[in-house]
This record gives sequence, C-alpha cells and structure tokens, in this order.
Amino acid sequence: MTILENIEGHKEHHPPLTTWKTYFSFSTDHKVIGIQYIVTAFVFFLVGGIFAMIIRGELITPESDLVERTVYNAMFTMHGTVMLFLWTFPVLSGLANYLVPLMIGARDMAFPRLNAVAFWMVPIFGIILMASFLLPSGPAQAGWWSYPPVSLQNPSGNLINGQFLWLVAVALSGVSSIMAAVNIVTTIFKMRAPGMTFFRMPAYVWTVLSAQIIQLFGLPALTAGAVMLLCDLCFGTAFFDPAKGGSPVLYQHFFWFYSHPAVYVIILPIFGIFSEIFPVYARKPLFGYRVVAVSSLIITGLSAVVWVHHMFASGTPNWMRMLFMFSTMLISVPTGIKVFAWVATVWGGKLRLDTPMLFALGGLVMFVFSGITGIMLAAVPVDIHVNNTYFVVGHFHYVIYGATVMGVYAAIYHWFPKMTGRMYYEGLGKLHFALTFIGANLNFFPMHPLGLQGMPRRVASYDPEYAFWNVIASLGAFLLGMSTLPFILNMVSSCVNGKLAGDNPWRAIGLEWLISSPPPVENFEELPIVISEPYGYGKNEPLVENGANLK
Amino acid sequence: MKIRTIVTLIIVTLALSAVSLWMGNLSHSWFPPQATAESLLIDDLFSFLVTLGTFIFFGVTGTLTYSVLFQRAGKYDISDGPPIEGNVKLEIIWTAIPFFLVIWIGAYSYQIYDQMGIIGPMEHVHLMQSAEAASMDTPSKKITEVEVIAKQWSWEFRYKGANVSSTELHLPSAQRVRLKLTSADVIHGLYIPAFRLKQDIIPQQVIDFEFTPIRVGKYRLRDSQFSGTYFAAMQTNVVVETPEDFSTWLVQAAKLEPKPSYNQAFAEYEQQSKQAIKGWNSVSPATPPIVNYPSQQES
Repeated sequence: MTILENIEGHKEHHPPLTTWKTYFSFSTDHKVIGIQYIVTAFVFFLVGGIFAMIIRGELITPESDLVERTVYNAMFTMHGTVMLFLWTFPVLSGLANYLVPLMIGARDMAFPRLNAVAFWMVPIFGIILMASFLLPSGPAQAGWWSYPPVSLQNPSGNLINGQFLWLVAVALSGVSSIMAAVNIVTTIFKMRAPGMTFFRMPAYVWTVLSAQIIQLFGLPALTAGAVMLLCDLCFGTAFFDPAKGGSPVLYQHFFWFYSHPAVYVIILPIFGIFSEIFPVYARKPLFGYRVVAVSSLIITGLSAVVWVHHMFASGTPNWMRMLFMFSTMLISVPTGIKVFAWVATVWGGKLRLDTPMLFALGGLVMFVFSGITGIMLAAVPVDIHVNNTYFVVGHFHYVIYGATVMGVYAAIYHWFPKMTGRMYYEGLGKLHFALTFIGANLNFFPMHPLGLQGMPRRVASYDPEYAFWNVIASLGAFLLGMSTLPFILNMVSSCVNGKLAGDNPWRAIGLEWLISSPPPVENFEELPIVISEPYGYGKNEPLVENGANLK
Repeated sequence: MKIRTIVTLIIVTLALSAVSLWMGNLSHSWFPPQATAESLLIDDLFSFLVTLGTFIFFGVTGTLTYSVLFQRAGKYDISDGPPIEGNVKLEIIWTAIPFFLVIWIGAYSYQIYDQMGIIGPMEHVHLMQSAEAASMDTPSKKITEVEVIAKQWSWEFRYKGANVSSTELHLPSAQRVRLKLTSADVIHGLYIPAFRLKQDIIPQQVIDFEFTPIRVGKYRLRDSQFSGTYFAAMQTNVVVETPEDFSTWLVQAAKLEPKPSYNQAFAEYEQQSKQAIKGWNSVSPATPPIVNYPSQQES
C-alpha cells in the first residue's frame, strides 16, 4: 500500500468534525441524525401547539365564534396529525437514533444512509402536509383518523385537495418509519459490543426494540389503508365507500390495527426513559431489571390484539367486544409490573430532584392516572357511554402529554450534557417543569368530568352546561403553550453559554457516560467489552473491561 | 417484618380503602340523570372501577410522595442507595394481584353487559338470555319501535304504525324501545348521555338498538361520530313521557300538517353563503326534514 492510499484510507475512516453546517446536511452520523430529528420534531411540536391553542380558544365559549366550523375541523385534524406524525414519532426516533448505538456500544446504526433517508423524509412530508393550507379547498378536515365516508366527501371537487395531500403525507410518514424500524431492529440485533448480551442491554434499548417490532408489523396496515383510501378518493375505487358497496368499518380495522399499537410504540420508549432515569437519581439499581425488560416484549405481543377497543360503539359484534375487552385489560398486567418496579426503585433511595427526575416523576404520576382511566375505557359498558366523548380525549392526553411529552423532556434534560457537552440551567428547568405539570393537569383533567357528563369530542360548539370545565381546560392550554418558552430559552442559551459538563455529570452508569461529551464521530476509540449488568448502583463494579481505552 | 411496620401498613390500607369507597360513592354524582335501566348498571360498574382506581392511584402516588419528601440525598451526600436488585416474592405478588383484578373487572363488566341485553349490530337475535334490563319492562311486554334517519346534519324519527314523523325523539318510559338506525350519507353516532348509550350508525345498514327508558324528562341526543362540518350542531331533544302521555302525543302529532323543521346546520349554511367571508368548502347540508312534529325550539 502506498503512503497516499494509506492517507486516503485514513481520511475515510475519520470523517470531518461535526460543525453547525453538518446539521443541515445529509449526514450519516447517528448522533447528528438524532439531533436533526429532535429539533425538526420540536419545531412541529410548536406548530401543533398553536393549532391546539386555536382549538382551546374556540372552546372557551360554548358558541362556534372564534373560527369557521370548517377551520375548526381542519385545526383538530392537523393538530392530531402533526402531533403524532411530525412530533411524537420523530422525536422518539431522534432519541433512539442518538442513544441506541451509544448504549449498545456501536459506532453507528446498521444502515447509516437509510437512516439519513428516513430522517429527510420527515421535513418533506411535513412540508407537503403544511402546503395543504395553501390550497383553495384548505387542509384535510376529516380528523386524524380520517374515517370514510366523511374523508371521501370532497366538497371542492378538486383532484388535489387537503385530504389528498394528507394521505400522501401519512403514507410517506409510514414509509419513513418502516425504514427507521428496520434500521433500529437490525442495529440492536447485530451491532452490540462484545459482552453486550440481551440481559446486559439497558432497559431503554429493550423498550425501543419492542416498540420498533410493532412498527414492523403494524405500519404496513396503516400505510396500505391510507393508499386504499387515496385510491377511493382519487381513482374511483370502492374499498371503503358504502354507497358503492365498500365497507367503511373495514377501514377502521386497518386504521386501528396500527394506530392502537402506535400508542405502545410511543409509550414503550418512555417506559425505557423512566427505567434509565429513576436508578440514576435514586442511586439504586432498577428493581427487577429482567422482568421489566421482558415485560416490554409482552406488551408488544398484546398490543397486536387490542385494536377493536376503539370500535366498541362501531359496528362490532358482541363476541368481539368481549374478547377485546379482556385482551385490553390484560395489558395492565405487564404495565403494572413496570410501574411497581419504578416505585420500588425510587423507594429507599437517595433521591436527587434534578429536572430530569422531576419530569420523570411527574410523568409517572400522570401515567398512572391515565392507566386507571384506560381500564375504565376497556370495560365495554362504561366505554359505550364515554366513547367519543372528552373522557377519551382526557385519557389520551394524560398518556401522550402527561407521560410521553414529560418523558421526552426528562430525556432531553438528562442527555443534554452528553449531546452538547454543556449543562442546562437548573432553575429554568425547574420552572419549565412546574409550568408544564400544572398546565397539563389544568388542561386535561377537566376533560374527564366533561366526558362523563356527555360532551362529545371534536365539537366546535357545545351546550352551555359544559362551559365551566371548558374554561379551565382552555386556561390550562394557554399556560401549557407558555411553558415551552423557558425550555426554548434554556436550550438555546445553554448550548452556547452553559457550563462545561464533563463526561458524566450525573455519575450515571452506562456506555454513553464512559466517553467524552459530546462523543466523537465514531463514538468509541476501541469497542467496549461489557462485563456486567446495566444498573450497578451501590455495587462498585466496573461496567466494561477496557474502560480506559474507550476514548 | 416488625410489628410496627405491619401495624402501619394495616392503618394505611384501611385509610386508603375508606377514601376509595368514598370516591366510589361520590362518582355517582359525576353523571347526568339516570334515565334508562341500563344507566343504573353502568354507573354501578363505573363506581366499582373508581373505587379500585382510587386505591391504586393513591397507593402508588402516596408511596412516591413519601420517597420524595423523606428519602432525599443530602446536599453533599454522593453515596449510593442500597443495591437491591429485586425481590422475587414481591414481583410475583404484584404480577398475580393485577392479573386477578383484571379477571375480576373483566368478569364483572361482562356480567353487566349481559344484563344490559344490548343487541350487537351484527346479530338480530337475542343471544343473551339473562337480560335483566330487558325484563324490567314488565308489566307491559310492548316494544315501541322507532325508525331513526341520520343525515348531514339532522335527525328524523318515524313512528310507523302511528304515521308520525318528528325531529324530536319521543319515548314512553318503563317500556322496552327498539330504534332502527339508518344513515343516509356518512357514519353518525346516536348518543344520549342520560341514557349512557351510544351506537354508530353505518350507511347501507339497518342497526337495531334496544333499551328501556325509566325516567320522565327531557334529555339531549347528540351525534357522537364525527360527521363533517356541522357535526357539533347535530343535536336534538329526547322527551321521555309516561306511556299515556306518549300515546296522546302520537295521536295529536298525527293530526298535524307536515312542515319543514328548523335545522341549525341548514340555517347556518344559508347565512354563510350570503356572507362575503367564507370558510373552506363544506358539504352542503341536506334540506331539513319535513315532519308532523318539528322539535320545539326553546328561546
């Protein structure tokens, strides 16, 4: 080999350093892609939040008086779509992208280019979705669930209408998520460092694996459903149009076969984040680690057989109602195992209430509440009353905001020093937590009494008897909107001015904490050789054999 | 375990149970009036779930609160907690108890559902034998049948034998009622909160829906399945009256000349099209039904 070839080979092995420009490029570094996902998703989170505040602004009075009814319907359609497909899924993909290779001791994902393609599809379908605001017929107005025949009614008569762009965006989102799932699952199976057996993987990696397996079996159903609906809308097929002999209930099966498990795709990594954070800030090992790890896979299995509980009031026969009631309730067993394990992890520890711990504890409390309302919803007789009322909206937002958004914030604060090499401001973090926790409960608790009293969801106007709780919910929503300000201020200023964090400011155990902050492009100088289980707090045993050579 | 720990645990459990029972009792007041036989059953089931839920919620959050208050690390304490990695006995207990609870809740819900005697939309034969709610309509075995036609965005009710049509649902109390649900366009949902009952109406299908109103009064009926632009306005009144009053109403309504009823969606749409600033395109509402007995406007 000549010297020149040698130098070139060397160059290939050490790509140029990461600068701010890298974040706007087609980078294949999983850490860059992770942050690209997180920041892009957060921008859409703010967009979806503005839609939410318009919704709550309309609902602060009983009459339909702030916006047109068509505009209101477009708002909740886009709110749901943006929050799920452009905030929740991408931000979780971002965290998984950033953390999984570091946690299992890999230098990158299994398919770095596929990874970059999957990410760059997100802004593309995001822009397609937003572009529907510019159409003369406006964006989709059939809700994020888009049930036919409502979603097939095309009052403008245009071929390119809001529903059309919506379906294109959702199908692209499905393709992007399938790519990400293939990549993450392969990475976890094939790229683990020497000694990193399954039962030495951090619980977060277990939950990500369980969640991404759901993506692999579930997403094809939704994506196929979306494509079929698109054909019905634009090309005259009749899969779901009852007027032409199609079955609208079939669409509901396609939709919920993915969209219920999707909730577990969302919540499982949050369970993983809880499992990572409680041991660090309680200074104790994760209680019952193996059972907690395996229970994620049990949830994956059960999640495939619960979808009909969204259709108890649709055209479903009795036997189906009963079967799916039992399977839905069973999910609470593996979930309960996790909750009790976290409580036992915290119990008797040496607690530090830093911002990540506050968000994790707040998220856990709100999750327990949503779990209890979830069992109520699973009971068919109760569901027949509260289905499609604000009770469901309240339950869902406790899961998706109370547990998920709080969990994501916990993760961002916890790994912020690793990602940037700098500390965030603790005071601003605590203020952010207080505003978020109070805002979320003010916003979403009132939805439960409203639902029990019979206020349907998705309404632009309502009977005056429901005014009281709606005013409180709206005030909570505005507070929640404001709560993002200290967070943005904190993130932006600490990126630039924060105190240097060092490799391991939390004294946490994990491969990612053994290397410098931020980690170099290829993560580990020498691949780690793992020799113990992940949560050795209080045991003083080394995690790897070659700790000194990793960086 | 020390005696003191056991005593403390017992006291905490008793206190939690008392609070949970009280909450369960209180939950009855969170609902609209109980206007059907089915609503009694559903509220009891909900109250049971609230009792259990309260116990679990305060059990978990109480434990966490105790830790947060009393188990904090000192400012300069950088030692770790005890390295407890698990406890097999405890883990078996907290897997087994939820499992049995789930079976219990499921079985109880099943029993309630059975008693409600709801006919699913797919079967037109009564499969469930012990329909308790159904049996509450003795003394009279009579079933009142009403055809319900939902369309964007109005409700129309037809009483076949009596030659009456209306946009307000009148029902006799203490008698089994059978609604024959149809939709002219999209999926709608028939929902009467005071009845605790809801059923989606699927186009091109006739869905039988049975229940027993038991309380005289005026209630609201709403569309519960999103049906497009004026979805929120698709509401009307339900009037439950004594069987005698109901018969009188049928006779009187049959004598009235059919006329177009007021329809909020239609009225709003008409007004909208006159205005300069419009929203995005909407499906135009169906013309208001022409009925003997239009719903009575208050105010």
